[in-house]
Amino acid sequence: MAVLKVKFTKTKRDKLAQVLWVLNWISVVTGLILFSLGLFLKVELEKRRELMAERELHSVPNMLITVGLIACAINFLGGKICYDCVDTNKFLRWKLVMLPYIILTFFFTLCILVGALMCYSMRGELEEALVVGLQDAMRFYKDTDTPGRCFLKRTVDLLQIQFQCCGNTGHRDWFQIQWVSNRYLDMSCKEVVDRIRSNVEGKYLMDGVPFSCCNVNSPRPCIQYQITNNSAHYNYDYQSEELNLWKRGCRQALLEYYTSIMHSIGFIVLIIWLFELSVLTGVRYLQTALENVLRQGDPECESDGYLLETSLAETARSNFNIIKSLGKLNQINTTDSDRDPNINRPSTAHYGPDNVPPKQIPLAS
Amino acid sequence: MLCQNIHCGLFEFCCFNWIIISGGTMAVLKIKFSFQRRVHLAQGLWLLSWVAMFSGGVTFCMGLFLKMELLRRAEVMHTTDIHVVPNLLMVVGLASVGINLFAGRVCQDSMDSTRFTQWKNVMIPYFGVSLFFTSMLIVAMALSYALQPNLEESLKVGLKNGIRFYKDTDTPGRCFQKETIDRLQVEFRCCGNTNFKDWFEVQWISNRYLDFTSKEVNDRVRSNVDGRYLMDGVPFSCCNPASPRPCIQEHLTDNSAHFNYDYHSEELNLHNRGCREALVNYFMGLMNTIGPCVLSVFFVQMSVLASLRYLQTAMAALEGQENVEVETEGYILEKGVKETLNEAKETLKKLLQLGQVDAEPAPGDAEAAEGKAAS
Repeated sequence: MAVLKVKFTKTKRDKLAQVLWVLNWISVVTGLILFSLGLFLKVELEKRRELMAERELHSVPNMLITVGLIACAINFLGGKICYDCVDTNKFLRWKLVMLPYIILTFFFTLCILVGALMCYSMRGELEEALVVGLQDAMRFYKDTDTPGRCFLKRTVDLLQIQFQCCGNTGHRDWFQIQWVSNRYLDMSCKEVVDRIRSNVEGKYLMDGVPFSCCNVNSPRPCIQYQITNNSAHYNYDYQSEELNLWKRGCRQALLEYYTSIMHSIGFIVLIIWLFELSVLTGVRYLQTALENVLRQGDPECESDGYLLETSLAETARSNFNIIKSLGKLNQINTTDSDRDPNINRPSTAHYGPDNVPPKQIPLAS
Repeated sequence: MLCQNIHCGLFEFCCFNWIIISGGTMAVLKIKFSFQRRVHLAQGLWLLSWVAMFSGGVTFCMGLFLKMELLRRAEVMHTTDIHVVPNLLMVVGLASVGINLFAGRVCQDSMDSTRFTQWKNVMIPYFGVSLFFTSMLIVAMALSYALQPNLEESLKVGLKNGIRFYKDTDTPGRCFQKETIDRLQVEFRCCGNTNFKDWFEVQWISNRYLDFTSKEVNDRVRSNVDGRYLMDGVPFSCCNPASPRPCIQEHLTDNSAHFNYDYHSEELNLHNRGCREALVNYFMGLMNTIGPCVLSVFFVQMSVLASLRYLQTAMAALEGQENVEVETEGYILEKGVKETLNEAKETLKKLLQLGQVDAEPAPGDAEAAEGKAAS
């Protein structure tokens, strides 16, 4: 009992081969799309490398890039095979290759599925990387004279301006770190010394934020310093003022940005996976139909195409037996030699009470 | 030479006439076309017309893009003179799609000379219209450079107004000026109109946020004739993210107000260039990129028109002949340039005179009237 049997006339077979040829070329294009999606994700992650701590984030884009390139190669080969399948003579060339090709492609489509699922699972790793990365970036904001960190201020400022966010979770994160370098603090001034002495670590902490936290939509000029002090500014209430600074934290902003990119990429990869699977199904039908044609001998006749020759359970059992017997190839096989006619062994036949073999009658010449 | 390919006596007669005619006048850029060459010309022209159609579409898209960019910054521009450049590009782009479709159609019909004759009367007006639209491309390019002073002037006035109304976030019609100017200064990395000192001459803090009970505020307001609160400070959007120190926005000219600060040597604190210069550079950069593309589209279009003219004249010579495989001549203009212009003038005069009422009676009528009167 074959699985999903379909009858194929000669014209139907030819048409199937032609359609599959076109579909394989479209799959080459989708392989290129996969490759470019992986490249895009890699570039986006590299752009903000300074804000992310070391994590295994690059495995996802690398996987997409390799899968895309392999998909191009596999589908190019598939296209060539399908092009040759229109002619039964040329099919003989590919007969032995086709089944391994189909099995290989089937496992490869599983890789595509894994790639798509990885896109969705990357979020947790990304969040961890961002929490630690942003914390460090804010801590080193003031170190514009330390080599290796001197561009962090610019990176954080541009990030807050572009993504319209402030701090890690909110603007209060800036209250807990010293973001003004000691180079620009007048240590002879009493107020500065008081602030530094007021906490254990000797940091100059203040209730102020950098200019990049300022909200462009605010109706009044930006209030950056003495944010919690209502009396320091005219007509100002800290609790009710909403438009002065950006409300979102940068971790949430970046996470949303990357999640939306990865969800769209994951969705596109899933669609490409379904497409590849359907092309593979078509190729399998073509292969079985052509093999049945060869078995019947007449190239013009109608033949059956199916996914599996026997039912799923029987196919699994027979494949399992094949794998088992492959494993036994190296062992010395004593039982098998009884059945092998080529091996010379003493006859154990019983020829009556004397056990004398009969005389051989010479053949007439 | 022509007569070598001709078999029929009638064609010999035509050929004779041709030699007489071509000996008398001088055609412009004459080329001989054998049958094979005509076929190649038609095929090449068909392909070229598709390329030209595509480039016409590209011209339209470039015009659209330029228009979108100009509209985005419309709030800081006072006049819309510069919009003529993208408008021209869009119109020419659309027209060239139509022109090239027609050229492709004529090409296809030129294979069959009976179908080709139906286009005969349309060709001259078609060439006139196409030349007009193609020359508009060069006009657009020239205008994009000629209108640069207009653009600069328009931005100057627009930015001045934007900065003046920065504080009016409660006045309807002007409430988004602050947001526009802030976004502009952040995106283009610029400050003020010519430079950051423009902010010192304007009150950019609204009276709603000034404490008039404070002595300092009152002093400042009284210190100038118009009663404005002027200060040597700039909005936060002027701050340069590349600065190594936290941004200094207030008391910019006062060195003692900030530790380790020198107003004259501090370069990275604020954006150095003015927004007018930044915007003009941006738009001129766009137009400089579009310029060469427009020039190449112009050349492609002119080559399509020239090839079509050759094809038309070569096919026109076949009119009335039975053997379509004979060699013919193609040219740009049948007679010399001066003669063609004179002929065109005569035709125009005749067209204009057709509408006039003929006041003078014909001489025959006058005699008949006299004769009648006499009898």
